[in-house]
Amino acid sequence: MLTNKHQPLSHLDWLEAEAIHILREVAGQCSNPVLLFSGGKDSLCILRLAEKAFRPGRFPFPLMHIDTGHNYQEVIDFRDQRAAELGERLIVRSVEDSMKRGTVVLKTPDEPRNKHQSVTLLEAIEEFGFDCCIGGARRDEEKARAKERIMSFRDEFGQWDPKNQRPELWNLYNARSHKGENIRAFPISNWTEMDVWQYIERENLGLPSIYFAHNRDIIIRSGAMMPANIKLADGDVINLPKAGEEVINMQVRFRTVGDITCTAPVISDADTVSKIVLETATTTITERGATRLDDQTSDASMEQRKKEGYF
Amino acid sequence: MTTQHNNSNHNDSLLRFMTCGSVDDGKSTLIGRLLFDTKTILADTLTQISNTSKKRGMEAVDLSLLTDGLQAEREQGITIDVAYRYFSTGTRKYIIADAPGHEQYTRNMVTAASTANLAIILIDARRGVLTQTRRHSYLAHLVGIQHIVVAVNKMDLVNYDQAIYDKICADYQTFATEIGLAGARDIRFIPMSALNGDMLVDRLDNMPWYSGETLLEMLEAAPAADEEQNAEFRFPVQFVCRPHASADADLHDFRGFMGRIESGDIAIGDAVTVLPNGFQSKVKAIRVGDTQLQSAQTEQSVTILLEDEIDTSRGDMIVKTGSAIQPVKQIEAFVCWLSETPMSTARTYVIRHTTRESKAKVAAISYKVDVNTLEQQATTELKMNDIARISFKLAQPLMVDSYTQNRAIGAFIVIDESTNNTVGAGMIV
Repeated sequence: MLTNKHQPLSHLDWLEAEAIHILREVAGQCSNPVLLFSGGKDSLCILRLAEKAFRPGRFPFPLMHIDTGHNYQEVIDFRDQRAAELGERLIVRSVEDSMKRGTVVLKTPDEPRNKHQSVTLLEAIEEFGFDCCIGGARRDEEKARAKERIMSFRDEFGQWDPKNQRPELWNLYNARSHKGENIRAFPISNWTEMDVWQYIERENLGLPSIYFAHNRDIIIRSGAMMPANIKLADGDVINLPKAGEEVINMQVRFRTVGDITCTAPVISDADTVSKIVLETATTTITERGATRLDDQTSDASMEQRKKEGYF
Repeated sequence: MTTQHNNSNHNDSLLRFMTCGSVDDGKSTLIGRLLFDTKTILADTLTQISNTSKKRGMEAVDLSLLTDGLQAEREQGITIDVAYRYFSTGTRKYIIADAPGHEQYTRNMVTAASTANLAIILIDARRGVLTQTRRHSYLAHLVGIQHIVVAVNKMDLVNYDQAIYDKICADYQTFATEIGLAGARDIRFIPMSALNGDMLVDRLDNMPWYSGETLLEMLEAAPAADEEQNAEFRFPVQFVCRPHASADADLHDFRGFMGRIESGDIAIGDAVTVLPNGFQSKVKAIRVGDTQLQSAQTEQSVTILLEDEIDTSRGDMIVKTGSAIQPVKQIEAFVCWLSETPMSTARTYVIRHTTRESKAKVAAISYKVDVNTLEQQATTELKMNDIARISFKLAQPLMVDSYTQNRAIGAFIVIDESTNNTVGAGMIV
């Protein structure tokens, strides 16, 4: 494949090799890791990387999704289908179960549940005794992530202390932890949104349909677009328009996929991966800028949530 | 080793570089300008920082706000850790390691330098070569950065005066010769104004007397680390794949050694030795996932299958048979101490080298280096940000190369087992 040894790896090959190395370090250093898998584009890339890292063996970790109960049915179906195709074990733990247990208490019934995932995640970590959670977070996503380690240390309460992180040099990762502590490993830390889309294109990865342009009813709320009247798996309908709010049908797609109540779509006619790559190259809005309502609360909101144990 | 940059091979490759300088040198502005002029900054982020600039009473948009990090730091008004930034030019992807340059942050500079192949050393044109310039240059040299770009910034504040620039370049050359940097490294100079954007991405027309490359042209032409790597084949085993329980009968004898090629290259049929045991075999297959390769090179993550059944596990190293590398139980290294708790010569630490670990004790501290004067000083202890030449006794053998020959196989970290913290960074002499 490579004839000239002085030809450098392409940027995607280099990023892929780095991510495979990180996944194998987790497998080599941790006794009970888990891969957080939401069905979103970043975690789908990580699944492909795990295939390249560990096939023909099985993954040395199960997959786990922390379900807010407010996820798009298309994404949940895709999640289940992908786990089944890979023949890997999928664990699902739900924020609604934490609500039933009383460990998650919503201030208002329609409050976004993203930040409450932390509680459910910590409960699942304790239940299974996981010492490492592999996640798809990237440093380019948000300011607070620019200094995040590839192996990020969390204390017994799942807290991230930006002032108390291990120095990380060369590719010598330190994923050691004492019982009760936890490492979050981020194999695609050095990827940008563009790298992710280019990788999806190159590897011909399948994605949930809501990433591609489609027609949808939209409410404009607090200056952001919000998908209207979403039917959940349990039959409930959420994101109902309030009095005076207009519903407009338009062509949109999602750039990130999370809790329905706080993930906004963007106007787009990109209905193929190559069109999305092109659109990503020319967009003027950051990935989280217009699409994640929970990050707009304050300039430092992601940092705050991470300190509380968010991944 | 001043190599001629060759532009033809860099299409779509990746360059990791670092910036050395303090806030006063305009480092944040330099990074902000690179991101802005390469159109990496999107409209909503620009609106955000322009609002903040206005709030703080500034007339123009303060590009340094782009790299202004965490809330905790903003409150203190300083940058306390290494931040990673990304941009792409369409021909190349870049990862910037942005480290604070103050003396008390030596450990952050060493951290940032450990993954960089090029360093931009910023000099304020009004102040010339300073103590911190010497420190930054020494550290970049120590950590093995091959390409140094000396950026004489704030030329707008000295009327774009060529004589001032020339004097700074001459001063730097003198000092670089003194510390052995000149000749050993590829050093380039550039006059610029990060504030105005002169000579970063655009030339502009304030310095017609400078005909050299712009900063971005230098970055586009600089070799990637894997391109320059010419050390021998080294393959530390990370993980062993044995899917013997699989339904597929062909896999019952499958034994794949998984790892990243840290240096050199390998092809099917090559004779190899597995260290430390010394078993010999030949490469039967090379794979990435389900794809078969004929050969593989530096920095690729692959799975290697051998012709013979050899008992091999994580921490072993596969090398080509005949390669001059032997397991050793004593090492000598330059160590940068990273922890607030000083190093104790009485304690036992863990050294992680490649995928291998060993308990280690300090045998002797030869001397400590003053990072400002580069003087060697006798010492009995090592505090945070100190750099010293130390020898360690090891409980388990390690397979090492010298750091100057092979960064990946010459580097290690020191771990304190009581906290599991990474407390030291070592470079084997």
